[in-house]
Amino acid sequence: MNNQQSARVALLLAALLGSGLAWADEFDTRDTYRWYQEYLEVVKEGEKLFHSARGDNTVSCDQCHPNASNTHPETYPKFQKQLGKVAALHEMINWCIRNTAEGQDLAADDPDMIALQAYIAYERRGVKFDPGKH
Amino acid sequence: MEIMAGVRGKVHYCVGEHDFYVDLGKAWQAVTGSKQYYSFDHKGVHFVVLNSILTFPEWMADSKWNTGMERMKQMARLDNPKGSPFMVGDAQREWLENDLAKVSKNTPLVVISHSPLQKIYKGWNFWTEDAEEVQEILKPFDKVTVLYGHVHQVQYNQIGNISFHAAMATAWPWPYPASYAQSASYLPVLTVKMNRADPFQERDATGWQFINLHTGDVDVHYELANNTNRVVAFNRESGRPEDTAFQTAQRQIAAQKHY
Repeated sequence: MNNQQSARVALLLAALLGSGLAWADEFDTRDTYRWYQEYLEVVKEGEKLFHSARGDNTVSCDQCHPNASNTHPETYPKFQKQLGKVAALHEMINWCIRNTAEGQDLAADDPDMIALQAYIAYERRGVKFDPGKH
Repeated sequence: MEIMAGVRGKVHYCVGEHDFYVDLGKAWQAVTGSKQYYSFDHKGVHFVVLNSILTFPEWMADSKWNTGMERMKQMARLDNPKGSPFMVGDAQREWLENDLAKVSKNTPLVVISHSPLQKIYKGWNFWTEDAEEVQEILKPFDKVTVLYGHVHQVQYNQIGNISFHAAMATAWPWPYPASYAQSASYLPVLTVKMNRADPFQERDATGWQFINLHTGDVDVHYELANNTNRVVAFNRESGRPEDTAFQTAQRQIAAQKHY
């Protein structure tokens, strides 16, 4: 690259940066605040789902798990003796929906499943990550 | 009530929040023929039944709610941040003082309430707001036993002259409050927790609970269909209820550790 070409590249870079296009994922507290609010919105949705019927009967998750207690999201994936394998949290949530609430399985990436997990994890915040624990 | 109709002999009822908050107990009273709080004597024991699930008058007032069912749904949700603490209340405590004034101090007392007359965890109403005031009224008696519900789990305690025992439920047991990581709770240290229930066994942690008052002290027998049976009995040497098998830390098993 000769000097003239170098100068053109430098000019192009300056133009791009000047136009406000970010190249790296720099973020500040306004971004982290907004992202956390996005998370809390989904937690709120999960809290609603957790406290309403999830199937054909009127049983809701909180009737066994007030404040999502005894759900232990920090211990998954873990071996579930009754399922005979190492299971992820969403598989156990589906077991409860199917058997306790008499509802239909949710896909792992169903927004309702994500919301339920967001709420469950929120109520367990601060607890040490401990996969496999019983 | 269909099941209860099969019981021969006199049945005494105690009101809980699900009986109460639609119409402040009217239908419950009509169906059971019971008062909300009362006392009676049986074989030398003075029994007192309290309505301990009242709350602040302004929270209970019809004018606060569109319907009675709306009020019920708020109180029926255990983990409701808009809930309100249970309490016996001034009027009933005054009645209790007057009722007990006629009873000699060496008469064994058995007090039955829905909520614990001790403070364990306010967030789920494992709690009675004026528990200390009620305990104070019971203090002059030689021997008091409090039997309560609401918590759906094995709990027992001894505070001064008062022994406490919880009833299990016809439904799935509640988790112990310590398993909610965001708040402090105060389960009596005396209580050895029941085994963690297996969600894959729908009858686990349900069964029969026999409360034997024959000796004057209470022994409670838990007959659990899919789990280890338990007996919690008053130990006259230590002066408190104790689990007859699992009381010491060395005897406790992994399934009794909740987290």
